[in-house]
Amino acid sequence: MMDLLDVLFSAGLWAAVLRIATPLILGTLGELLCERAGILNLGIEGIMTFGAMIGWLAVYNGADLWTGMLVAALSGAAFGLLHSLLTVSFGLSQHVSGLGITLFASSLAYYLFRLLVPVVGIPPKILSFQPLNVPGLSDLPFIGPALFTQTAPTYVAMLLAVLMGWVIFRTPLGLAIRMTGETPHAAEAQGINPTAVRYGAVTVGSALMATGGAFLTLSAFDSFIPTMVQGRGWICIALVVFATWRPGRALIGALLFAFFDAFQIRLQTMLTGAIPYQLFLMMPYVLSIAALAATARRARVPQALMQPYRRGER
Amino acid sequence: MSETLLEIANVSKRFGATLANDDISLSLAKGEIVALLGENGAGKTTLMNILFGHYQPDSGHIRVMGKDLPPGRPLAAIRAGIGMVHQHFSLAPNLTVLENVMTGTESLWRPVSDAATGRRRLMELSRRFGLETDPDARLGDLSVGEQQRVEVLKSLYNHARVLILDEPTAVLTTIEAEHLFATLRDMARQGLSLIFISHKLDEVMATADRIVVLRGGRKVAERLRGGTTKAELAELMVGRAVHRPERKMSPPGEVVLEARGVTLRRGGVDRLKAVDFDLHAGEVLGIIGVAGNGQTSLSAVLSGTARRTTGELRLFGAAVGDLSVPEVVDAGIGRIPEDRNHEGVIGEMPLWENAVLERLSRFSRGGLVDRRAAIAFAQRIIDGFDVRGGTPLSRTRLLSGGNIQKLILGRNLIEHPRILIAAQPARGLDEGAVAAVHGRILAARNAGAAVLLISEDLDEVMALADRIQAIVGGRLSPPVARETTERGQLGLMMAGEWEGAHAV
Amino acid sequence: MRFERRAHRSTVLVVIAPVIAVAAALALAGVLIALAGSPVLTAYERILTGAFGSRLAATETLTRAVPLILTGLAAAVAFRARLWNIGAEGQLYLGAIAAAALSAELAGGLPSILQIPILLVAAALAGMALLLIPLWLRLRFSVDEVVTTLLLNFVAILFVSMLIDGVLKDPMAFGWPQSKPIDEDGMLPKLIPRSRLHAGLLLALALAVVVHFVQSRTVFGTRSRAAGLNATAAVFAGVPLGRTLVQVAMISGGLAGLAGAVEVMGVTSYVTTELSPGYGYSGIVVAMLANLHPIGVVLAAIFTAAMFVGADAMSRSMAIPTYIADVTVALSLLAMLVAIFFTQYRIAR
Repeated sequence: MMDLLDVLFSAGLWAAVLRIATPLILGTLGELLCERAGILNLGIEGIMTFGAMIGWLAVYNGADLWTGMLVAALSGAAFGLLHSLLTVSFGLSQHVSGLGITLFASSLAYYLFRLLVPVVGIPPKILSFQPLNVPGLSDLPFIGPALFTQTAPTYVAMLLAVLMGWVIFRTPLGLAIRMTGETPHAAEAQGINPTAVRYGAVTVGSALMATGGAFLTLSAFDSFIPTMVQGRGWICIALVVFATWRPGRALIGALLFAFFDAFQIRLQTMLTGAIPYQLFLMMPYVLSIAALAATARRARVPQALMQPYRRGER
Repeated sequence: MSETLLEIANVSKRFGATLANDDISLSLAKGEIVALLGENGAGKTTLMNILFGHYQPDSGHIRVMGKDLPPGRPLAAIRAGIGMVHQHFSLAPNLTVLENVMTGTESLWRPVSDAATGRRRLMELSRRFGLETDPDARLGDLSVGEQQRVEVLKSLYNHARVLILDEPTAVLTTIEAEHLFATLRDMARQGLSLIFISHKLDEVMATADRIVVLRGGRKVAERLRGGTTKAELAELMVGRAVHRPERKMSPPGEVVLEARGVTLRRGGVDRLKAVDFDLHAGEVLGIIGVAGNGQTSLSAVLSGTARRTTGELRLFGAAVGDLSVPEVVDAGIGRIPEDRNHEGVIGEMPLWENAVLERLSRFSRGGLVDRRAAIAFAQRIIDGFDVRGGTPLSRTRLLSGGNIQKLILGRNLIEHPRILIAAQPARGLDEGAVAAVHGRILAARNAGAAVLLISEDLDEVMALADRIQAIVGGRLSPPVARETTERGQLGLMMAGEWEGAHAV
Repeated sequence: MRFERRAHRSTVLVVIAPVIAVAAALALAGVLIALAGSPVLTAYERILTGAFGSRLAATETLTRAVPLILTGLAAAVAFRARLWNIGAEGQLYLGAIAAAALSAELAGGLPSILQIPILLVAAALAGMALLLIPLWLRLRFSVDEVVTTLLLNFVAILFVSMLIDGVLKDPMAFGWPQSKPIDEDGMLPKLIPRSRLHAGLLLALALAVVVHFVQSRTVFGTRSRAAGLNATAAVFAGVPLGRTLVQVAMISGGLAGLAGAVEVMGVTSYVTTELSPGYGYSGIVVAMLANLHPIGVVLAAIFTAAMFVGADAMSRSMAIPTYIADVTVALSLLAMLVAIFFTQYRIAR
């Protein structure tokens, strides 16, 4: 029992929480933006995978780390445009289009990786983002190592959550996005172009997802391994529901989730042998399903989510 | 009143094979109220959608204050001062009143929305035109009448000088409608110009300065209010003499369906509150009311798609428990759903499947569908009920609204049901189809069927019903006899005032 | 650019849509092959001969097609009723492990004629059970089944991993995590000697015909189609929505479970976590390429299997990663979506 408390009060746990949460925050914000405009983006899993690969590849080929992030974001935006074309312009099934994008983006990532990176025994590495020691704060006992020794993208991700909350609830643009996700023909009647809003939201949202993927290869780890995204995209989709489409709650949800994950990993090492490790690995997925069951009914879903909008065709 | 504000010149618009607007011209002066009169399908809504930029015209143009309006751009129409109050409101139920009004009114790239100024302006407009509203209320929590006020305020907030109202009274009680028209006349006095679309002669004659009649996509007449009569307008609107069938008095039979204290609770709200009625064989019992007062719940309970929370139902004299759809159908109850396109048929399925879906067990053996019998059944409906535009094998989506309704009527009436639950049976149909539907309903009644007619259309209820009950907020008034009841009294009953009503 | 709905959907268009989609996907894949600096036409040719060029190649393609037909049917049946079962991968693994476990622990020693049907039924039940969880969550808590079925894939595979690392671990496998093998009498007979092609193909083909018959001719089929096309109208017409969806889920999950069983009982004889190279996900592509038609699923599955087998062969002789097959299959799904769109809409002037 003392061991458990030790774990809870170790700075390492809390540092890990923020690290694990970062890609989830970015992915969840991206998905949230898409869904607020009325588009479900199941491409997230593949877009994160592609972002992880292309960001890493750029850095591996000499680009600096932030350029790597930018390259990932641009690739995500490109997949977002493709998803928009299929679901907004053509009004096709958002489910199937998203899954198609996931299959396409991840297989393309693997293909390009195999093609452009020589096969060697140990996966090649890059020099990843280093912890940013916030002057003064990082020297504080416990709090310092727990909260203020993260890499720069983690801080950016948390700022983005606040910024996204501001944009959605405080700006005319956010109102236009919400209206488009609720009642696109009402948005159109107010002179807003729902097609443009949806393209924009899906493109920017997909770019965010890709940076979430790139965080994995540029900060959390330093190499690209196929299948490394491991369902994080699907978890983000669950987190959006859990957050009831609010960026602030998405941040809290991602941190909560990361806490359980980090705790689970430590528990796993403590209880080696006693319980099969697979049970621990199942936890994130089971937890996501439980969170969905607990919140789905109460959640106020954007009313036009998954409904194609065609002018003049109500 | 001579300054021309808006000019529509030679506008035409074709959808596939139909010419929805054929060379229509129309002008509107400052402070003027013009009624656009026509029956369903005459092209009124298409014309207004072109004006507002929802559609692009194939030819013709629109000028506001002498300047050409670029076609197909709602934003340009809004900027030019055109506001539109849609029949199905363009409002988001999950947003607040203020948010609904302010959407799109500020530059999208402002770092923060100026809600305080917005609120002030909204309240100012609200006072000036007597359109009361609560800016922080969630729109979905408002009544239909309150939502319409928000829709009007939204246009005023956008500095509208021309206001277009599409069938504005379709969703209002008579009293609310009178209020609305008083407000509209007040707006005209304050310098606004208004076009309202209607097919109701009374309100057109009471409110408009000028009346433009559309028929079959063409402008057939333009009259000043003083220079015409209701009779003339009716003839211009319909063009041909369509006679709606007439109901003849006949003695009712025994009670076949009886409701006592039926209540339906859904989502924490009582949709039906202790509803009582008796339905006799050989009569039409009309349930009149404004949309959203529990009609949907009433027809759902009687159609077998919702289970009543409490109360008693007696069918042919025997108490019945929860009714499922197959039980209702097997008991000989015909059902006409209020939303024929989304509830009545599955557009992607062929006619024959839609004809037999609700009685599939009768058209199957050992779990296999008997296609031949089902197709023959559909053919009988097509022949017997004059369903045009399709064979049993063609997709139902391709039929017109009137023909879909004939298919639905046919699949119910061909079996000579003892009870018919008809929800909004003629809504949105053109005059010819209305006459056909009404004729079928009266024929069923004359043959001894008991008809429960749920309708929002006062004319329809007056034409078909033997007895009438009003539905308001989930409650039913006591029944009144059609023969001894005036329209005015029904208007009061639809607003919930039935204290003095003489029950029969 | 604006689109208008076609009044009539021409049958010709519906039939050639997948052909056009596949051609477009192959053309786009050609760009990627060219990017690798390889001659595109030679690569296509090697894929084709790799998939069908010899008796062995052809049997290998058909062997690969067997699980794809089953997962394709699983997706097609579910999607028809608007049940978004994206969990075929997990259901496949549960089906496989159920068959292996039963054969190793209980049914082993039973004669083939008894054992094979028992193993198949057990696998189908396991697949069903896994899909009933997300369906229950949907009906009870309104949880969208897309995400839950996706998440359950991971849970199912970890569960299988736990079993083959624990109670079901084969002690003869030199420490590798793999399940105890299927009893010899539990294996499906070979169709062609000296190939891997097994009787699972006949089962898959028969099931495609049965599913087609059920969907087009039975009361249940009509109801499940109605539920998928317009749930409101279906309910009004008395279709028991919940019950119909449960039945659909049982068929869909069962088919996916069978896919796992036939793969173990026909090809590998034991379960590892590498049993399926994404058959569950490819099944979605197969179903969409077939426009959800059960007979079309067979053809689409053979195409997809040919891509994988052919690309494997091609990449052995050319410097093109075998992932080109996955890319092509994914692209053909996206192209098929566009093609379906243009069978329903045309560009308005």
